This record gives sequence, C-alpha cells and structure tokens, in this order.
Amino acid sequence: MDKFIQLTLTGLTNGAILSLVALGFVLIYKASDVINFAQGDFLLVGAYITYGIIVQVGLPWTAGVLLAVLIAIGLGIVVERFVLRPMIGEPIISVIMITIGLSSLLRAVVTSIWGTLGRQFPPFLPSQPISLAGATIPVDRLIAIGLAVVLLIVFSLFFRYSRQGIAMRATADDQQAALSMGISVKRIFAMAWSIAAVTAVLAGVIVANITELSFFAISAIGLHVFPVVILGGLDSIPGAIIGGIIIGLLESYVGGYTPSVLALRSVFPFIALIIILMIKPYGLFGEIRIERV
Amino acid sequence: MESGIFHTRYESDMALRRTPLMRWRIYLAVAFLLIFPFVGNSYTLTLADQIGIAAIGAIGLNILTGFTGQISLGQGGFMAIGAYTSGVLTTHMGLPWWLTIPIACIMTALVGGIFGIPSLRLKGLYLAIATLAAQQIIQWAIVRSALGTDALVVPPIKVLGTTLNKLRIGPFGGVDFWFYWIIYLFLALTILFTVNLFRTKVGRAFIAIRDQDIAAEVMGVNLFRYKLLSFATSSFIVGLAGALLAQYRGIVNYERFTIDASIFYLAVIIIGGLGSVSGSVYGAIFMTLLPAILSNLGRSLGSTAPAIARLVPFVQQGVFGLTIVLFLVFEPEGLAKIWRNIKDYFRLWPFSY
Repeated sequence: MDKFIQLTLTGLTNGAILSLVALGFVLIYKASDVINFAQGDFLLVGAYITYGIIVQVGLPWTAGVLLAVLIAIGLGIVVERFVLRPMIGEPIISVIMITIGLSSLLRAVVTSIWGTLGRQFPPFLPSQPISLAGATIPVDRLIAIGLAVVLLIVFSLFFRYSRQGIAMRATADDQQAALSMGISVKRIFAMAWSIAAVTAVLAGVIVANITELSFFAISAIGLHVFPVVILGGLDSIPGAIIGGIIIGLLESYVGGYTPSVLALRSVFPFIALIIILMIKPYGLFGEIRIERV
Repeated sequence: MESGIFHTRYESDMALRRTPLMRWRIYLAVAFLLIFPFVGNSYTLTLADQIGIAAIGAIGLNILTGFTGQISLGQGGFMAIGAYTSGVLTTHMGLPWWLTIPIACIMTALVGGIFGIPSLRLKGLYLAIATLAAQQIIQWAIVRSALGTDALVVPPIKVLGTTLNKLRIGPFGGVDFWFYWIIYLFLALTILFTVNLFRTKVGRAFIAIRDQDIAAEVMGVNLFRYKLLSFATSSFIVGLAGALLAQYRGIVNYERFTIDASIFYLAVIIIGGLGSVSGSVYGAIFMTLLPAILSNLGRSLGSTAPAIARLVPFVQQGVFGLTIVLFLVFEPEGLAKIWRNIKDYFRLWPFSY
C-alpha cells in the first residue's frame, strides 16, 4: 500500500509537469491549429536560461525565473511572427516540419552554449522529504504539484473572465467572426505562443529543480506530451490537465509494477497512444471535426 | 527549344522523356554516374554511396508522404527493421547478403503494413502522431529484444568468393567503389519502379487519396486497400535502404534509426520536393552534402581557430533546422520546384509570361 501511495505521488508530480507542458501545446493548437513539436525545446531554453542567470551571472533565483519568463515571452512573439505566420493556410506537413526545424535550431543554440552534459541545477525549492499518508515525498515535488494546480486555476480564470482570454477563445472558435468583432487575431496568436512559452519555461525550471539539468531528459518530455494531448483531446484545456495526470499516474504504476528489465515505463505511453487513437481519435474532451469534401 | 516537336504515335506522346532535350539530360546524368567512380577518390565515393542510400530511403518516404499524403514519422523505425533483418540474417543465420536484401524488404513491408492499419481512421496530424508512436515502439522492441543496445557487426560482403576490399580492377577497387555500383543499381531500379508506379492505376489511386481522400473513395478507390498498399510499398523501399545501409556500413546500431532519422528523411523530401521522385534525389544530395561541407569548412577553419571547430556539430544541427525553416517559408515545394523554375525561365525566354 505504501508503494502504491508512493507511486501515486510520483505519478501526480510527473503528471502535473506533463499537464503544464500540454497546456501550452493545447493553447497553440486551439488558437492557431499548429502542432508544436518544439514545445519540449522551450522547456530546455527556459531551464538553461534560468541556470545561466542564477549560476553564471549570479542573480538571485527570483530574478532568474522572472528574466527567463520575460525571455520566453519575447521568444514566443518572435517565433510566431517570423516562423509560424508564413505557415498560415499551408498544408499540415509544412507546419509540422517547420516546428521540427525550429526545435532543431533551438537545440543547436542551447547545446552550443551549454553542451549536453548533465548539470547540477541550483535547488531553490526545499527538497527535504516529508511523510504523507505513509509515503515520503520531497517538498519540492509537492510544490511542483501545487504550482501546476495554481497555474491551471489561473489560466482557467483567465480564459473565463479576462478580456484577452475571452478574445482568445473567440479566435479559436471562429477566426473570421473574431476579426469582424475587432479582435486582432495576430495579437492573439502572439499571445498564445507567449503563454505557451511561459508555461514551458516554468515546467522546465521545475523539472530541472526536481531532477537535474539534463539535456536528454528534458528534451524527451517534448515527445511524452503527445500521448497526453491525444488522450485529453488536442483542443481541450481541461483535457490537457486530466490527460497529463492520467498519463503521469499510469506511467508511474507501469514503471512500479512491471519488471524493470522491460523498461515498459518509457514505451507504455506510446502504446496507450495508439490504442486511444484507434478507439477514440479525438480524445476524451476533444471536439469531433466533421469532414466535408 | 521545345518547338517543332510533334508526336505522331501514342507511345512517344506518353513516354517519360518526351523531348530530345529531356533525353539528353538523362544520357548526361547516366554518363556522369558511370564515369564518376573512376575519377572520384574514396572520400567522394563514400559521400556518393551515402547519397545513394539516402535517395532510396527518401523515395520510399515520398511514395507514402509526398504521393499518398500520409505523413510518417516512423521512417527511422522502418529502416531499422530492414537493417536489422538483413544484418541478423547474415550474421546469425549465415545467409548470403544478396538474399537477405529482398527478405529485409518484404519484412519491412509487412511491418509497415501493420502500422499502416491505423491510417484508415486517422489522417493528417493524428496519423503523424500515430507513426511517431510506431517509431518509439519499434525502437523499444529492438532495444529490449535479444539484440539489445550493442551494435550488430555484419560480416563484410563477398562477391565471387572474395571480400570487396580485396577485389580490384587495375587501380580501381575497395568497398566504396564496389558498393557504389550495388547502391546505384538499386537506386536506378527504385527510380524506374517509382516513376512508372505513378503511371499505373495503383499510383493514380495514391495521388487521388492525397488530393482528397473522401472524393477518391466516392470515385471508387478502396481507401483501406490503397492506404495499406502505399504503406507496404513505401516500407518495402525504405527496407531496401535500411538493408543496404546495414551491408554497406557493416555495423547496425539502433542509434542510427531514432526519431532523428525519421526527421532527417522528412527534411530530405521537404527540401527536395514533396511528391517528386527527382526531388527526393535532389534532397538527398543536398542534405548529405550540406553537413559534409560544413564539417570540411570547420576543419579548414579549425587550424586557425580551434573554437570554431568545436562548434561544428552544433552549427550542423542549427543549419539543418534553419534550412528546413527557410525552405518552408520561401520555397515550400523544394528544390524540384526551383529546378523547374530555372527550366521554365529558359524555355519561355525572352517572353517570360
């Protein structure tokens, strides 16, 4: 039973992080129908920039995270303006490939500056373990879950009540109608990319804080976000959150209860992905699109 | 240049090369390919061999993605099936290398067909993600099987009872020299097959599915059958590329067939031109030569500035990404379209519109 609780807590932490990444992913898809293969690389950029500011420049961690967030906003706007805007109305493979190209570019920049070796991230979140319902869990993991929940609530409120959030939902619903109501669709796209970059940066900082600053581990998260968004539905924000937590938990249970030689943990989400696609292609909460000739 | 050409028979009107100029271009290209191994050194021959294999793989992917419109991120996995089948059959079963290549192709076609089944329900983005999952599952299966993460060493191939590095004709010989002929023979067969495929009923059905699958179904194209056929045909050729790679390198390592390989081949066909056989070849040439040129440049600069030489791998990756982005933004139809524009310019000159 202890093991179960332990696995649940680990799964929840990983799920919370996956949810955060998936949230940015869904946001971009909802606003502009673009699937962003570079989402994992935004995590990398965020984690490494924060590392650079805290360790190499020597600023306090609050300044580091704040600056990283500001850089993320800038990055989101630049990417949207110069890379994605020419892709509006292009076939889906172009859009996929351009984000893959972007991902390769971002990786090259990160590795040319910091290399691919793992580094010790300055742990600014407390990490002493506390016991909870018979299992022990480090505080920083709880903070990660807490932060994810807070961010998710903030974003839900943003979409529900704020002027910009409502404009964003309107754009997602019908771009032309939104344009005729005086909403600047271009600004909405830029905003979607910025918010996505910010959530990715925060997720990257949390991951680096909990484990270490590892190039390969962080960039792998970018691929693991696909099962999450497919399960939740590509265009559903609650879907991203619930999908993230389900996949995080399942991954944790599969890793804990199957022999470790099989390493099923890493491949399981992809097997689940194919099954979900075969049974329910639009996910749990995704909008079913009817195709016409 | 094209004036004054009249076709008086249906055969000549339907020929692949309809004008004398088109025929001469092909003769020139073939002559170049025949002379090249005798003038090239071992480095340029290595590059030529890599280009040949990349071109076969790219044509395979183009059948599926460029001509049938089914985006595949599983190319690396399918190539791995071909490479490992050929490698294991030679190493552990002792089959002759030339026999393992067709077996590897058939094996890859079968696996490709199985992973093509979801394509009936999925399209576009969702299919891309499903093939991404296929890539991860194949990779996991290989690493967790008896093969493990160790590299599989394939014995060097033998022709006429001797290994290739001992076989010489005058000053010419060596592995790269002989493999050049093997690879380019297969490439020629692949090109011939693919170009003619799209003049048949099956090929036209593929194109109809790409252009509008629902409309194709209404016209009587059996979607399930032709999509699976497209997956199988494409995988067959991709398996050929994998098997050739295994025999050529003499070593099979799963790290060569990760998602990065899938992305590389997608980049090749995007830059070359989607839905163009010649484009696949141009793309393969471009994407193989680009990193080679960059590393040569780095090496020559490295003697004066070692810091630059250290950056070469990152520059290669960055340029790879940048090339994809720039091509998609400025010439989404790739090198094939650029070549067509050049030809059109001269054809229409001096009245360019």
